[in-house]
Amino acid sequence: MNDSIIKTLSVAFAVCLVCSLFVSFAAVSLRDTQNLNKINDQRVKVLQAAGIYNKANTNIEEQFSVLEAMFIDFSNNQVVSAIDGLDLDSYDPVEYSRKDGFFTAIPNDEDIAIVKNKENYGKIFILRDENNSINKVVLPIRGYGLWGTLFGYISLAADLNTVEGLEFYSHKETPGLGGEVDNPRWKKIWIGKKVYNNNKNVSLEVIKGSVNPQDQYIDYKVDGLSGATLTSRGVTNMLAYWFGESGYKQVLENLKNG
Amino acid sequence: MANKYKEILLKPIIAENPITLQILGICSALAVTSNLTVTLIMCVALTSVVSLSNLFISIIRNHIPSSVRIIVQMTIIASLVIVVDELLKAYDYETSKKLSVFVGLIITNCIVMGRAEAFAMKEKPFPSFIDGLGNGLGYSFILIVVAVIRELFGAGTLMGVEIFPLVSNGGWYPANNLLLLPPSSFIIIGLLIWVIRVFNKEQVEEKDFNLSKHDVAPNYEKREINV
Repeated sequence: MNDSIIKTLSVAFAVCLVCSLFVSFAAVSLRDTQNLNKINDQRVKVLQAAGIYNKANTNIEEQFSVLEAMFIDFSNNQVVSAIDGLDLDSYDPVEYSRKDGFFTAIPNDEDIAIVKNKENYGKIFILRDENNSINKVVLPIRGYGLWGTLFGYISLAADLNTVEGLEFYSHKETPGLGGEVDNPRWKKIWIGKKVYNNNKNVSLEVIKGSVNPQDQYIDYKVDGLSGATLTSRGVTNMLAYWFGESGYKQVLENLKNG
Repeated sequence: MANKYKEILLKPIIAENPITLQILGICSALAVTSNLTVTLIMCVALTSVVSLSNLFISIIRNHIPSSVRIIVQMTIIASLVIVVDELLKAYDYETSKKLSVFVGLIITNCIVMGRAEAFAMKEKPFPSFIDGLGNGLGYSFILIVVAVIRELFGAGTLMGVEIFPLVSNGGWYPANNLLLLPPSSFIIIGLLIWVIRVFNKEQVEEKDFNLSKHDVAPNYEKREINV
């Protein structure tokens, strides 16, 4: 009886119908909360990189409102407040670096951090002081480590050279080795380091072992992660790429000159 | 009657544990046990999926045509898993990020399918629900034990709270990184199976074959040859 064709088809149909209704109801009714979570998650990382995240205040939106988001137009390296057809709040450079027409493939010899595709429009977060001059900026960076791409934010102080914080929000490095990029003690070392040397070349790097406190270039060196040479090298390459000519270098110059 | 339910609920926790006796659901036990918080969420997710899927499958068990029964079970299980995943993304985003694909992989967890096939297809809805709950708890019990060992000795923390200050943070405890890698769960689960079988002798399987001893080795000289 159960195995007649009609019964089989009708049971299959009924199960599918009920299940799909159930699933779509859940998906639709939870979508808003999920999107908010996703946006807030990124906002927390940006705030952490800028060193202004207050864990006690759960109103992320309010905390985030002190930061001003802007587009970076990589075609002329200018910071602009609007791009036709793009929504600033929800714009995600990483997502758009995979979208047809919104990215440029990086030539192999320039691609030191294995980023592969660079978005045509970047994003920058600016914290201004009461005189409306720049106090801090937060920039997204990414590059290949050992197992996969590390995604993060780096923040620079008013001179657009001194590091104020570094925060990775997604990576696949080995826990306990490369995964130590999330170690608060290691992240603290970054604060106060300088990206560009006097000749305006990117000099900041993660070295092997610990930095000698007497080293005259101490401002440009960060302790390596033990047991994670490739991750450390990945972070160095990432800095070299994103702060180099094909990255934010000109943008920061333009920003500095008003 | 109440005793029967109690037995259905409690048996899978140690005596008929899905992980240590049936060796099911090992993959997620390896993947999600490096951090206790993540493990607890995974346990709640799996327990709710296996008990609810047992319940729903049992409700319609008399109408499921045997030719498509597996796919009907899968449809129900998959829907429940998707909903659990959506709920996690909405209400515990941090943990859902860490669990990533492993919530989705509950669909392929052999415990869920196994209970649906072995129990829910034959029994009434309420006992099926209890059976799912019991098996979920059995799974949770093993996962929590493994996660406590891994996180405590691998990272010096429990649910992210520092218990042993690590050398790398200026403390005294040198973390055992092996424990943070998935193969360590294999070792821990293996040891747990050993311990449980020491106390529950009936779980020890009979040997597939016995080696004969030297002194009773067949005497080749006396062997008869049929020509």
